[in-house]
Amino acid sequence: MRHILSILLENESGALSRVAGLFSARGYNIESLTVAPTEDPSLSRMTLVTSGSDEVIEQIMKQVNKLIDVVKLVLLTESDHIERELMLVKTQARGEAREEVKRLADIFRARIIDVDEGTYTVEVTGTGQKLDAFLQAVGEVNVIEVVRTGLSGIGRGDNALRA
Amino acid sequence: MELTGAEILVRCLKEEGVKHVFGYPGGAVLNIYDTLNAQEDVDHILVRHEQGATHAADGYARATGKPGVVLVTSGPGATNAVTGIATAFMDSIPMVIITGQVPTHAIGSDAFQEVDAIGITRPCVKHNFLVKDVSDLALTIKKAFHVATTGRPGPVVVDVPKDVTIARYPFEYPKKIEMRSYKPASKGHTGQIRKAMDMILEARKPMIYSGGGVVLDKSHEVFTEFCRLLGYPVTNTLMGLGAFPGSDPQFVGMLGMHGTYEANMGMHHCDVLIAIGARFDDRVTGNIEKFCPHARIVHIDIDPASIAKTVKVDVPIVGAVGPVLKQMNRMLRESERKPDEQALREWWKQMEEWRATDCLRYDRSSKRIKPQYVMEELYRITGGKAYVTSDVGQHQMWAAQFYKFDLPNRWINSGGLGTMGFGLPAALGVKLALPDEEVVCVTGEASIIMCIQELSTALQYGLPVKVINLNNGYMGMVRQWQEFFFQKRYSMSYMEALPDFVKLAESFGHVGMKIEKPGDVTGALEEAMAMKDRLVFMDFITDPEENVYPMIPAGAGQNEMILV
Repeated sequence: MRHILSILLENESGALSRVAGLFSARGYNIESLTVAPTEDPSLSRMTLVTSGSDEVIEQIMKQVNKLIDVVKLVLLTESDHIERELMLVKTQARGEAREEVKRLADIFRARIIDVDEGTYTVEVTGTGQKLDAFLQAVGEVNVIEVVRTGLSGIGRGDNALRA
Repeated sequence: MELTGAEILVRCLKEEGVKHVFGYPGGAVLNIYDTLNAQEDVDHILVRHEQGATHAADGYARATGKPGVVLVTSGPGATNAVTGIATAFMDSIPMVIITGQVPTHAIGSDAFQEVDAIGITRPCVKHNFLVKDVSDLALTIKKAFHVATTGRPGPVVVDVPKDVTIARYPFEYPKKIEMRSYKPASKGHTGQIRKAMDMILEARKPMIYSGGGVVLDKSHEVFTEFCRLLGYPVTNTLMGLGAFPGSDPQFVGMLGMHGTYEANMGMHHCDVLIAIGARFDDRVTGNIEKFCPHARIVHIDIDPASIAKTVKVDVPIVGAVGPVLKQMNRMLRESERKPDEQALREWWKQMEEWRATDCLRYDRSSKRIKPQYVMEELYRITGGKAYVTSDVGQHQMWAAQFYKFDLPNRWINSGGLGTMGFGLPAALGVKLALPDEEVVCVTGEASIIMCIQELSTALQYGLPVKVINLNNGYMGMVRQWQEFFFQKRYSMSYMEALPDFVKLAESFGHVGMKIEKPGDVTGALEEAMAMKDRLVFMDFITDPEENVYPMIPAGAGQNEMILV
């Protein structure tokens, strides 16, 4: 099962490598990982997507929680939450593709943020599935370059992760 | 008044009550050494290799329960210390290791004797810190001792760049420390404890299985009371020996790969397993699929990550062993419910039948010295009171099987990492901490060579430990596995070109003895023990192909032991 961990950790050099090192040392898998400081500059917020059986996820939670730099963590996928990922795609924009990609961008509520005579750069936001669907719609032949941020997530309603 | 970083560091150690630091100087720590030289509160013990410093500090910590402190230089000083740090980490031993570092402006430039000590040690420490500014130094040292000694203990590395030791800052040592990201559990959850008590009292075939956590928490008395109140069979892990009196009939011996037949059969057949401060290590469980097939399991541990890591448990209790057992003992004393006497009688009858196999028997009429006999005699002559350190291999198992530890902290060995070379420096650390106690290092001719240089340290500081070298001319445990599982192809396990250990000991300024006949064992041991102020290196030439029995082979269950 795929799961999303939200982690609050001390914003100190090396904190990221402690989490990443733990995953590689114990053979856990990381599908994506994003990290940036929060409104409190002494804290970083990390969103980590992993997968494993319930037992493995339980162990991951315990091991991450054991790291001294980790202040708090929550398994987002355990309750209602919102997931978003941002993707920048450079596409072909010649001939038929010039209209087609623009139309798709409208349908996916994506934005074309850079244009030249042969290419578009499109910004798409949504769940991972939506981004995959956009890429599929644009078609492999038209895609030149893809950059994805990895998933960010937050709990719904008053469900908040704070120090 | 402003002090230099080096002065602040030494003052911090004094504030923490540190009496001894084990270390080795070098470029990056010269200022710290200069400061150490100018004061008398903290004694520095000069080892001969940084690995020796870490093992000595580790032995010191295991014997006393106080954190061991190490000081080494940058680069090779730090890397040489890594094996000892990992050894302490695997056995949850509190240590603070201060590593020198190149000046902050040189970090990352591949400077002379630069190594990323934080990166290298990260997977084998409880935590580590790089001090980038002298203003952070005192607080960081405070945090290091706090983290190392609380919760599940462990080694903490503090990497101190040279310029930080030179810079000046007002010294103030924080009295208390709060870390929002580190709050170890202490008391257990009362609801869980009640649930556990119900299960424990329902048992008809119970086993109490305890590990190093009881020793580390200094809870052997409350643990022993818990065992006595219940009257259930008690087994200890290799790390847990001494938590319950080893000579007591209620103790059924160590469990696991080379544990007793009765302990392992008891585990296999029990209906309720009470695991206390133990972590279901693979050397204990054997094949996890076949582990305790009939048992409901209660697990008390301070580290939530130890619970349900490899074995699912029915009632987990996260908390320090002492407070949890105290609460359980109170409930046991006050409760109307008692263990089922009839069931317990039958269970003990079964236990005695297993015990009657006498699984530790060996050939007592052999013309060669049997290592088991040396251990038995050592136990008898020291009255079971010695502090025994060991290296890793067959001799370690024989010591664990035949020396009946009645008290905790007396059995000091590298259980988790299995570090050869641990025994001698660890013994020196113990002797330094407890100069009036008998300290014995049980070793083999392969292990002892790995840190033999520390014989010099022993002479310099007058640490008269007794070294018992069970010399069978092989890396015995490797040879045993090759005999059992590789059709006696003894690949690289024969120790050719061994030194003359008597001359070797003498050249280091100690007493050497060589013992070749079974009839000479007792006299030699008595003679050595009587030399109170000398380190005596006893080279026992033992039966080269003796094996450690019983044994659970890899992949087998606890009920599938190889007996003699």
